[in-house]
Order: sequence, then C-alpha cells, then structure tokens
Amino acid sequence: MDELRILAPNGVCGSGFLETTFEKALALQPHFMGCDAGSTDPGPSHLGSGSAAFPREAVKRDLRLMLLGARRLKIPLLIGSAGTAGGDVHLEWFVAILKELAAAENLGFKLAVIHSEQHKDYLKKRLREGRIRPLDPAPEFNERVIARSERIVGMMGAEPYTRALAAGAEVVIAGRSSDTAIFAAIPIEQGFPEGLAWHAGKILECGAASVVRRTTPDCMFAWLRKDHFVVESPNPEYRCTPQSIASHSLYENADPFMLVECSGTLDLTHSKYEAVSARAVKVSGSEFIAAKRYSVKLEGAEKAGYQSIIIGSIRDPFIIRQIDDWVERLKARIGVRVTQVYGDRLKAGDYLVNIRIYGKNGTMGPLEPVKVIRSHELCLVFEITAPTQEIASSIAAIVRHQGLHLPIPEWSGLITALACPYNPAHLDRGAVYRFNVNHVVEPDTPYEMFPMQLFEVEGARIREVAHD
Amino acid sequence: MTKLAELARLIRSKNAGPFQLTFDVMFEDEARYLRVKKSGAISREAIGACFNLPAARVLLFFCDNAYAIKASIPRPFFQGDLLDSDGHGGQQYAPLMEIEIP
Repeated sequence: MDELRILAPNGVCGSGFLETTFEKALALQPHFMGCDAGSTDPGPSHLGSGSAAFPREAVKRDLRLMLLGARRLKIPLLIGSAGTAGGDVHLEWFVAILKELAAAENLGFKLAVIHSEQHKDYLKKRLREGRIRPLDPAPEFNERVIARSERIVGMMGAEPYTRALAAGAEVVIAGRSSDTAIFAAIPIEQGFPEGLAWHAGKILECGAASVVRRTTPDCMFAWLRKDHFVVESPNPEYRCTPQSIASHSLYENADPFMLVECSGTLDLTHSKYEAVSARAVKVSGSEFIAAKRYSVKLEGAEKAGYQSIIIGSIRDPFIIRQIDDWVERLKARIGVRVTQVYGDRLKAGDYLVNIRIYGKNGTMGPLEPVKVIRSHELCLVFEITAPTQEIASSIAAIVRHQGLHLPIPEWSGLITALACPYNPAHLDRGAVYRFNVNHVVEPDTPYEMFPMQLFEVEGARIREVAHD
Repeated sequence: MTKLAELARLIRSKNAGPFQLTFDVMFEDEARYLRVKKSGAISREAIGACFNLPAARVLLFFCDNAYAIKASIPRPFFQGDLLDSDGHGGQQYAPLMEIEIP
C-alpha cells in the first residue's frame, strides 16, 4: 500500500462535528477512522468518581454518526480513552452507548473492548521490582498511595490496537490510551515510517484544532505516504498552513520537538512543513527514536475529602484594604470555633479552610506579581474540605457565621461583612479528588496491562467470543 | 522597548498534563519572531523570574518553523489539587505579556 487515508471526525468524541463535513470526508474514502474520547484536562474528579466529562447524549450523537459512517464504508473505527478517564466504569459507560446504537441501527460488527484500569496487586508487584519510575515532577508514590487510590489506569500504546485488529475487530473501544496511538497503530502495522505515522497521529488526534482559525470542532483528514503526509480539513472553510501545522505540536506538550510514547519518542526537530495548496500542508522529515525499554504511563486519582464552598463578596473599602489580615484573623476564629464544637474528634490537620480572594490573586495565587488591589470589590470563595460531607457542611456553616460578623477596628458595633448571593449560603460539592501518580511502568509486554474482550455484535444481540 | 504582548499574535498557557504548565508565544510573521528571539529578552531566567522559579526549572524552546517560543514549568499546585486555582492552566500567562523587548 502506497497511501493510507485517515479520518479524524473531531478532537474528542462528544464535542461535535458538522455532518456536512463528515460526508465530504467519507467521500475521500478513508481506510480507517479514529477518535480520541478522553483526557486528563477535565481534571481528577472524572478518574476519581468514575464520571465522564462530556454529556451522554452528546457522545451518543457523535458516536452514532461515526459508527454508521464506518460500517457504511466497512472500515475500522478506533476509539481511545473512551468515557474520559480509562477506568472500567468509563469503558462500560461508553460501550453501553455503543450497544444502544448497534441495536437501534441494527448494525453488525466485531467489537474489541480493551481495558486500561490496573489491578492494585499488579502495580504493587511492579513497584517492588523497581519497575515503576517517576517522571518529573512526580508526587510520592508507594504501596499506601496505591492502596488509597480510587482508580489507577495505564495509558496504552499502539500495540493493543494492532492486536485487536489482528483478531478481526472492526470497532475498537479502548480505555485510557495515548491519543496519538489511536492513529499510529494501523500505519505502523502497514509498514509506514513510524516518525510520519506518529506525527500524523499527533495532528489528527485533535481533529481540526490545527487549522488557522477553527470556529467550531470539525473533521481532519490525512493522506499518509511513504516519505511524507498531507493534512487538510474536509471543511472547505478551514485552512491549514505550514505555520498552523507546525504550531500544533506545541499544544498541551511540555516539549514541542520530543513527544514521548510507550515505544519511543517522536522527534520533530527536522520536520519540514510545506504548503501544497491554500488549505493543505505536506509534512516530512519527522523521526521516531525507539525506546530502550517499553514504558506505560500511569494516571491515578485519590479522594482528597468532601467539600463545601461559600461564595461571598466584600464592598467595604476598610475591609478590602486589610483583606490579608482579615482572612488570617478569620481563619484563627474558625479554628477556635471548630475546636469548641468538635474537640478531639477533629484535629487541625483533618480539615482545610482555603480562602480564595478574587480581585486580588484568585487566579494566580502565590505567583501573582500584582500586589496592589485596584478593585472596589472582592469576591471570596471559601472552600472547606473535610473527611465527611457532614463535617464539611458543618464547618461551612461556622465559616459563614464567623465571616459575616468578624469585627474590624474601623467600626464599632456588630457588622455584616460578607454579601452572600446564595441561600443556603454554602454549596456541598461532594467528594473531591486529586491526581496522585506521574510515573511509568516497565511491563514485560505492551499487552499485559491491557486485557481485551472480543464480541460479535448483531443488532441487539451481543455475544462474547474471547477474552484475556 | 515594546511589550511582548504587542509583538505576539497569541500568548497562552495550558496544562501539559496534570503536573506541568506550558506557555506558547506565537508570532504572525518571521520578522516579529526573529526580533524577539534575537533580542535575548526571552530566556529561562526571564521566564523563571515571572513565576518565582530558578532558571533550572524552566524549559525553553524556540520553534523557528512555527514562529513560536515555548516555555514549560512545573505547576505551582498539581491540576485539580485543593490549592490549585486554574484547572486547565489557561490564565497563567499574564506576567509574560509585560516582558519588555528592546
């Protein structure tokens, strides 16, 4: 094969694309279609709580069109990071949508589901063997962290996709995955140069994000050949330029030239970008350096506690000019009152009262270089994180009352210092989570962390035919 | 002297994963890009000074074919952690806008 044509309907399943563009793309006869469906960008709560970042109906709309398009052309459909974060719960959520669509549209296909949630015993074993190493920067990672994690997932490379396709899968729904691997697996298997395969994947995985001016999420298309690839959006209003495509390697990467994957590093140092029309760009010269050891990145989340917040504002210039001191005095008062109420049952380190001051440094915190407050009003967000929701809510009630009436020297008599727009004044946020791993595992094979299930789908009938 | 914000077509910040922040400074054309690059005003020291970091913690790249300068730093708080104030890291670039270019 001299040319492989690849369609990316959009940058994330559930963010939408135009049906008109999608039909134009299908007319270009892609050999396969890929779509990324997750990220860490929406934050740790999705991995921790098991929820998805995009609405079910929005995912269903996008997936329906992709599935119908892929089955019409009889081409593989590869979806990675299904359900946002890669846990089994995310994968199940996504596959349930797929099953509904297969039944409603009476579609038949062979389905592979690739898992990425990791067994804690496996991780503890690899940790003891010294085969889990930190990236920079990394939080402390040990057996206690593994034990208290809600969920830890591995980010798969291209190999599990290749394996699923070799087993006859026509639709692959994978857990947490390198976005790029979704698109690189088939080209590498077909013998295209790895540097070009990974680089094309890097551009495709964001859909039309690399065009000069993207007004709405939409499709991207690549023609991969033996010594270059060409990218163009099937949306006739979208233009790719050498600069826009070169710039895309900067997006959400720490290093714009060296992009690390499980099996090696994509090196863009010598990539060449040339315009082949007003809307298409030819890329060549990208290289891939094979890794000495195969490594799989981990992502994990643990519960940080339960949270309640209060949003309030201050207009009194006397309070604004002493806001830092006011906040410190308030925190001290809260501490005294919490001790009165809970005694030894709740120690100072068991809960956290964080007060953000918008109008001062709410956005940048300690990194804010502007020290002078120029605003005539401030918005304060009080966050109370505690071991249970009941305690967080109770402390929030204490914070509200203490905050309202904290005296200042300028006024004598009882004051009410906070304007609270909501009633009740506090909002319960439930469990909150934090990311707790930035490490890689060195497995024996690219497959051992990513077990696969194979299904025969015939409309509403689904039969499991194989599993690891 | 001209402020960097007046020479760039886009200055932005974003998460590069949950543990790093990355900054992109992009220029409309080669002339403006080269003026800033050759001025020497953008260095690991200069970027570090904007975010209270030693130069050794700053990664800096000049991307000639993209007419862009890129810098990456460790996040002050990990994404989504209790003290983090910017989950997507999208509003941390303002200090870069003020850098003076000769």
